[in-house]
Amino acid sequence: MFGKSPKAAQLAEDVTDFTAVQGRSLWQDARTRFVQNRAARACVLVLALIVAFTIFGPLFAQWNNEEIDWDIMGNVAAQGMPSLATGHYFGVDDLGRDLYSRVIQATSTSLLVGLIGASMALTVGTMYGIVSGFVGGRTDSIMMRIVDVLMAIPATLVIILLLVIAGRSFFMLFIALGAVSWLSMSRIVRGQTLALKHREFIEAARAAGVSEITIMHRHILPNLLGVVVVYASLMVPEMILAESFISFLGLGVSEPYTSLGSLISEGAGTMAYGTLWQLAVPLFFYVTIIITMFFIGDGLRDALDPKDR
Amino acid sequence: MTLFSVENLSVEFATPDGTIKAVNSISFDIHPGECLGIVGESGSGKSQTFMAAMGLLPPNGRASGSVRLNGSEILNLAIPDLNQIRGSDVGMIFQDPLTALTPHLRVGEQMREVLQVHEGITGRAARQRCLDWLDRVRIDEAERRLDQFPHELSGGMRQRVMIAMSMLCSPRLLIADEPTTALDVTVQADILDLMAGLQKEQGTAIALITHDMGVVARMCDRIEVMRQGGFVESGSARGIFRTPKHAYTRSLLEAMPRIDAPDAPQVFETLAQPILRVDDVKVHFQMKIRGGLFGRKVPLKAVDGVSFDIRHGETLGVVGESGCGKSTLARAVLQLIEPTGGGVSWLGQPLVGLKRAELNKYRKNLQIVFQDPLASLDPRMTIAASMAEPLMTYRPDLTRRERKGQVAEMMERVGLERQLFNRYPHELSGGQNQRVGIARAMINKPKLIICDEAVSALDVSIQAQIIRLLRELQAEFGLAMIFISHDLSVVRAISNRIMVLYLGRVVELGDGETICSQPLHPYTQSLISAVPIPDPDIERSRGRIKLPGELPSPLDPSAALRFLPSRLAVGEVGYVPKLIETKPNHYVAEHDSLEVILAG
Amino acid sequence: MIAYIIRRLLIAIPTILVLIVASFFLMHFAPGGPFTSERPLPPQVLANIEARYGLDQPLWKQLYDYLFNIIVHFDFGPSFKFKDRDVNDIIAQGFPISFTYGSLSFLAATSVGVSLGIAAAIRHNTWIDYFAVGLGIAAQALPNFIMGPILILTFTLWLGLLPGGGWNGGQWQYLIMPVIALSTSYMGSIARITRSSMLEVMSSNFIRTARAKGLPTRILIWRHALKPTLLPVVSYLGPVFVYVLTGSVFVDMYFSTGGLGQAYVGSALSRDYAVLLGVTILYGTLTVVVNLLTDLAYAWFDPKIRY
Repeated sequence: MFGKSPKAAQLAEDVTDFTAVQGRSLWQDARTRFVQNRAARACVLVLALIVAFTIFGPLFAQWNNEEIDWDIMGNVAAQGMPSLATGHYFGVDDLGRDLYSRVIQATSTSLLVGLIGASMALTVGTMYGIVSGFVGGRTDSIMMRIVDVLMAIPATLVIILLLVIAGRSFFMLFIALGAVSWLSMSRIVRGQTLALKHREFIEAARAAGVSEITIMHRHILPNLLGVVVVYASLMVPEMILAESFISFLGLGVSEPYTSLGSLISEGAGTMAYGTLWQLAVPLFFYVTIIITMFFIGDGLRDALDPKDR
Repeated sequence: MTLFSVENLSVEFATPDGTIKAVNSISFDIHPGECLGIVGESGSGKSQTFMAAMGLLPPNGRASGSVRLNGSEILNLAIPDLNQIRGSDVGMIFQDPLTALTPHLRVGEQMREVLQVHEGITGRAARQRCLDWLDRVRIDEAERRLDQFPHELSGGMRQRVMIAMSMLCSPRLLIADEPTTALDVTVQADILDLMAGLQKEQGTAIALITHDMGVVARMCDRIEVMRQGGFVESGSARGIFRTPKHAYTRSLLEAMPRIDAPDAPQVFETLAQPILRVDDVKVHFQMKIRGGLFGRKVPLKAVDGVSFDIRHGETLGVVGESGCGKSTLARAVLQLIEPTGGGVSWLGQPLVGLKRAELNKYRKNLQIVFQDPLASLDPRMTIAASMAEPLMTYRPDLTRRERKGQVAEMMERVGLERQLFNRYPHELSGGQNQRVGIARAMINKPKLIICDEAVSALDVSIQAQIIRLLRELQAEFGLAMIFISHDLSVVRAISNRIMVLYLGRVVELGDGETICSQPLHPYTQSLISAVPIPDPDIERSRGRIKLPGELPSPLDPSAALRFLPSRLAVGEVGYVPKLIETKPNHYVAEHDSLEVILAG
Repeated sequence: MIAYIIRRLLIAIPTILVLIVASFFLMHFAPGGPFTSERPLPPQVLANIEARYGLDQPLWKQLYDYLFNIIVHFDFGPSFKFKDRDVNDIIAQGFPISFTYGSLSFLAATSVGVSLGIAAAIRHNTWIDYFAVGLGIAAQALPNFIMGPILILTFTLWLGLLPGGGWNGGQWQYLIMPVIALSTSYMGSIARITRSSMLEVMSSNFIRTARAKGLPTRILIWRHALKPTLLPVVSYLGPVFVYVLTGSVFVDMYFSTGGLGQAYVGSALSRDYAVLLGVTILYGTLTVVVNLLTDLAYAWFDPKIRY
């Protein structure tokens, strides 16, 4: 009946002509739910505007981020405030550099740090966790012991340590952030993998003769992805926070590059002298980015992991 | 006069996809001391009716109409007023006694607070009253139970606690929402007896919400049959069972599998050699027990020496209560779990200890259908992709088009519309998903299928359809089937032979007819006497064989000798009861006589 | 229970040992030592100094001595930077300060966060809920190094109510701003975790049973819902406690409180590896202990957990 007889071939011809209803995958469902979430939608818009600002903002800049406005430099408090006339839309910083250009540069740095840091955590943590959880047994306990030991060192200290020891650089910054962030990711992925491993559809695949490697990438990975995406989206603001903290301590990216954390730090240092915009402007961008990220992460979680259904 | 009167009750839920009507203007009365059965399949709105009446709907639910208790309106009362009634005039018990009790409070605390709130009784008097009630629901060691946490009790005991708790203030009405669905048959029978006793002694009216016609037949005076939010038929229990008027009631009754069904499969006559031989298979898990510095490991003998064989075209039913190792046995046969000992051979070739690649050659012929239809399908794959997966392993020569053709053909065969081809599991009903699971198992035309509780999660009418489908497929392809279930009636409806498992061992094995009508082993006898039969006359006149005590823990080494206390008495704890062939093809494990065991 | 604690401690000890060894090697192979930086020292002087700190010994011997001194004498050795102080002194001076405002912040974050979360959940979908959620999210976006400047700006520069820094023996005026700065963001996350946890608990089966028993809402919440609500919160509190203690790195710098964080960053910048190592080990050990305490607290909240 299922052979390769002409009749079967004929049947196959017939049946392939039917019009099947297109199903809605869980991803499509999640997208619908996410789009229906008004707060998350608004936050995506705000974030998109900020990204657009970092891309197109420089077109309107009258000063670049390294130039010092010598006219204002000596008298920042009186003349350096935000103004259209001087071309310093956001004012100047303590050294007389254009804050508009510096904020653009800082915002893109911070966003980049968040994205790259989170994606590093994502790749390393997911691979580590999935292997640990799926292989199980002794391998699993050794791999998780390693994570336990590494987690016992407070993250802030690790980052400081790495940056001091290996020197400050963009590259080292990503390494340091990645080094601490993959740990919790790997734990979560492992937990999920363990839970999935005992689900019946994995057993069904095994009974269907599917190899372990194939099970891992065909069944486990796609089912993990929801959790991973949610967690990664919550990790982006965390990475931005961590980077800002390091910059605040003076260990972040080095001049002339800057990040929102360094700008806030500088602004906080001079706020007593009546140059409040130096704090307020980067703070505004920073808080906006973090809050929108939180809302987007929450929205993703509600969309991808709907408990109320 | 009526105790509880519902008039034009409607329940609606506000969901993101619009308002859903769960209950559609229904009316009924409950008289003092009677037991009213509300029967319906899932989604019929039978639970929501009473949740609405007691003000327990989730926040998005709205109820309208009228509900009167003793003549006064209680629907949509303010919470403080409702609290006067709940637990005091009306008691409630729910389906899953584990999640229905607060996990971090001791049994005694949870019971005492009812007395404190409603009658102001505290301290010693309250404790005494709780103790009395625990005794009345026949919980042994009641004193100790008061200080235990819910998770330390067995399922049956938890449900007894729930009943005792809801009876504390002697309510006039007890609402029981699927009170025995999560329990084993023998425990179910005990709980039902208990409730019937309370109804008689206390004069408590009972509203029994259930999907199980057998339970209704045993318990109820009057019945309301509910479907899609409305009543389709109401009447006395006997009337409904004898002369059902509505087509739905009839179909429900017909769909209900019966242990005494006349059209059940008969003895399977064949001279063919067995295709699968299972010889003394053991699966022991190492369980960690606390105690001592590092704890110790105790072997949990999930399957402890099971042997059977099965022939081409035959169905072997495997029954047993929770924890008897029936699912583990299925996985051990398929080598999804490596057996600790014993052998499994397929057409004479041993399977135990084979490498994955070698095993895969055999797996084409050995397939499994799982209990939970949704959980056994990958939620991120279309059903077609799931069904095609075995083809991709075993028929890599097929083109995409050919594969699609085969899947579509198989869908047709198991009764799925082709249009569903690209659907995802969450878009289908439980019955449809189970058809997908069967199609996936069947697509390579295996010679043996193991159905592990394959119909247990489904509604009765769907259950009947799936069983019919399985029998048709079996006849068409001549496959052998191992049908595992906790439900003896379902097993009877499909099996030629039946094997009864108790704590990892076979206690009785024989053809279906013999096992169900002339069981020899005391455990089988008690099991069969506990299975409800959907017929009020038969059900109420039958005697029950009640074994003393609870189902023992499989970790208890003496548990295996529960039916051979004479050996235990002489200290042979490790003795393994032998299977004796009393008649041709009827095997019974060694046991003492029923009287000895009942004397316990 | 006691067996469990002992078992956990037996696992904790190798964890801490591995931590010490790993940190030791990491710092040892780091480029640039404390004595190589600013101006080049004559080789003879350098050799003398290295001999004094035992740096001329073979590596295994150094590690052995280091471990031996910690285990037997609880001595983390001398500071490389300050000739008259050893690591123990520096920790003994800074740690009590960090610990004081750290624990206060922890208490503040927990109590305010939990209350806010519960209030929001009980009044789900009312203005109290919206307010609490908004506050929680805003607070989460305000970590210590952001709160610091905002607080100083408000209370010191504008209102002139509080001193801008210093410790002064831990007087309350000096404590307020460090505590608020440290606790705000954790308060936010605790509030949000509590809220969603409580919402889930309130829709669970046993709450339905409790309602069906006719219990008043007060008993429902405090006796039945609270403990399970706090379970996920407790598992978050362990890490929070560690964060709050290490948050000292910022607070010390910004409010000049003189806690351990100051010593840490100072020694990191001057490559005083002895101090760096000591503080790392201290915090690592604390983390292990706090994790153990968290797990024990879990057992109290959930009787199903047995050790």
